[in-house]
Amino acid sequence: MNNIIVYCETNGNSVAEVSLELLTKARSLSGQLKVQVEAVIIGNDLKGLEDQLYAHGASIVHKAEDSRLEFYQTLPHTSIVVEIFRKEEPQICLFGATPVGRDLAPRIASSLKCGLTADCTSLEIGDHYEKKTDTTFKDLLYQIRPAFGGNIVATIINPGTRPQLATVREGVMKREETNPVVKGKIKNWNVSEIAKKDDFVIEIIERQIEEKRVNIKGSQIIVAGGYGVGSKENFNLLFQLADVLGAEVGGTRAAVDAGYIDHDRQIGQTGVTVRPKLYIACGISGQIQHRAGMMESSMIISINTDASAPINSIADYVIVGNFSEIVPKMIKYYKKNSK
Amino acid sequence: MKALKIIVLAKQVPDTRNVGKDAMKADGTVNRAALEAIFNPEDLNALEQALRIKDMVPGSTVTLLTMGPGRAAEVIREGMYRGADNGYLLTDRKFAGSDTLATSYAIATAVSKMEYDIVVAGRQAIDGDTAQVGPQAAEKLGIPQVTYVEEVEKVDAKGLVIKRRLDNGMERVKAPLPVLITVHSSAPDCRPRIAKNVMKFKHARTLTELQDATEDYSQMINNRPYLKINEWSVADIGADEEALGLSGSPTKVKKIENVVFKANEAMVIQANDKEIESLIVELIENHTIG
Ligand SMILES: Cc1cc2nc3c(=O)[nH]c(=O)nc-3n(C[C@H](O)[C@H](O)[C@H](O)COP(=O)(O)OP(=O)(O)OC[C@H]3O[C@@H](n4cnc5c(N)ncnc54)[C@H](O)[C@@H]3O)c2cc1C
Repeated sequence: MNNIIVYCETNGNSVAEVSLELLTKARSLSGQLKVQVEAVIIGNDLKGLEDQLYAHGASIVHKAEDSRLEFYQTLPHTSIVVEIFRKEEPQICLFGATPVGRDLAPRIASSLKCGLTADCTSLEIGDHYEKKTDTTFKDLLYQIRPAFGGNIVATIINPGTRPQLATVREGVMKREETNPVVKGKIKNWNVSEIAKKDDFVIEIIERQIEEKRVNIKGSQIIVAGGYGVGSKENFNLLFQLADVLGAEVGGTRAAVDAGYIDHDRQIGQTGVTVRPKLYIACGISGQIQHRAGMMESSMIISINTDASAPINSIADYVIVGNFSEIVPKMIKYYKKNSK
Repeated sequence: MKALKIIVLAKQVPDTRNVGKDAMKADGTVNRAALEAIFNPEDLNALEQALRIKDMVPGSTVTLLTMGPGRAAEVIREGMYRGADNGYLLTDRKFAGSDTLATSYAIATAVSKMEYDIVVAGRQAIDGDTAQVGPQAAEKLGIPQVTYVEEVEKVDAKGLVIKRRLDNGMERVKAPLPVLITVHSSAPDCRPRIAKNVMKFKHARTLTELQDATEDYSQMINNRPYLKINEWSVADIGADEEALGLSGSPTKVKKIENVVFKANEAMVIQANDKEIESLIVELIENHTIG
């Protein structure tokens, strides 16, 4: 009762990365609230997936299996999750801010008449004093998110409705397994009893999901290029540096829009969020929407011809100059000094 | 097949994409007044999908519905210039302060007063980026939703065949009518204004605009009813006031912070061989690289 529930997505035979990130975060919130973490997982054949969920801190796994639920569908998932929330009365529920989470969570929020905050980048527990009614609300979920095109950061609360619902961006929370792993319990839910026939009115005719080709999110070192790199050919230089460093290459939206680099490598508010050990920014001005996706990097090196480029104010090292002269030098001296 | 009634949900938003230096106040806060009010970009993608359905099914009508202050009537005129047939402006001070739940309640209440087969919305608006109003309105209307739509490929008596754009792929679904869809920015851009429509609708006005106008257009609008932009208040749609505005909004904004640059002591490295080599050596030695 009044625990934290994480809605977990699956892809094929594993739990989605973002769901494991959320379980990890839920664990730290649950410590503060002295409650437990539970997971909801829905699909066709979910055998064995509970182990991943236990390993990330879930003590109860709510499972709903049905042959019609091989792929995500809005209406049956809404019915099932709403039913679980009604029965279990969690205080907080988290969803990934993915196409699935952003499709499902609002439908659930509307059905339960509960507040929902989209695309959170940070979650905290705290109190709230309401002047008008002279009431203090204890232990609310602070739902922190960028708004207004990334120009402001807002803290949102839902004092009066339960559960407190939020979707959370992929990649902003760190995933960590528990140690030791405590085996939890499975609770099965009967889909045919919960989902109505009408819930299956939308028919999936075809799906083409590509395996993610690049994994910049998982990379410890990222060499990123912006519009200042100037061309697709010039990006080869960044790929060479990435190659010797064992890094991945990312880009800004301006670089993606100009066709210098593929969309799946875009970093920032409308791309992926990364937090590598080292971020080398080449020809990137550092607009707020780009910084939103990389400022958690442990170390940032900026290479820019403009000494006053905004990115320099969050960088640890600034090299003022033309990337096309500097990057080859970095490659040369890395080769010389490594091993 | 029978003609379809299509409603497009559109919002007027501040152009947050161009928050330049002049839009920032000295204290680092955003000066909203300095931002241009525009037709929310993905709502234009939505309008285009609606117009394409209208092209596919002759006789169909496209009606815009927007909620906002009086000047949001601009969105309706803009939509009519591009091919929409008419529009409704939901405007009332009692809507002010609504979060997505209260907004979707207002919109769903208005939509349920209209006849419709398809409701088309943009995936999200650039001032909030929540993507919540579409699905929440669908839930309140009790109809299915299809989000992240890239293209409505086929329309027939049984419903729509729709291509969705997902993170790393696509999905094709068949949806019955009525349905609410939200359109993604990867969908085709909206067609431009049509000169003939601009001539026809440039004097389209809401009642409030007519009352505030210096010239008297009422005669003209009486003669040409298509120039009337319908204006609805809370009372007109029979909505419950408690479910609107701040009282109908479970989410509260606790705090707003402006994102200001935290000046950081960056180490400046000269672009010469010696300094670059010593940086690389330092990074190797502290195990950042290698
Ligand atoms: C709603 C919204 C969402 C957005 N989402 C994202 C997002 O997810 N990711 C993102 O990146 N952007 C995003 N943007 C766009 C963002 O605002 C910027 O336009 C973009 O990040 C700028 O990219 P840039 O730094 O590559 O280009 P520019 O701003 O053009 O900067 C180029 C830089 O290169 C430097 N330079 C030029 N030549 C050289 C050279 N030879 N050597 C070294 N330096 C050189 C210049 O001094 C300059 O600083 C978004 C915008 C909006 C409105």
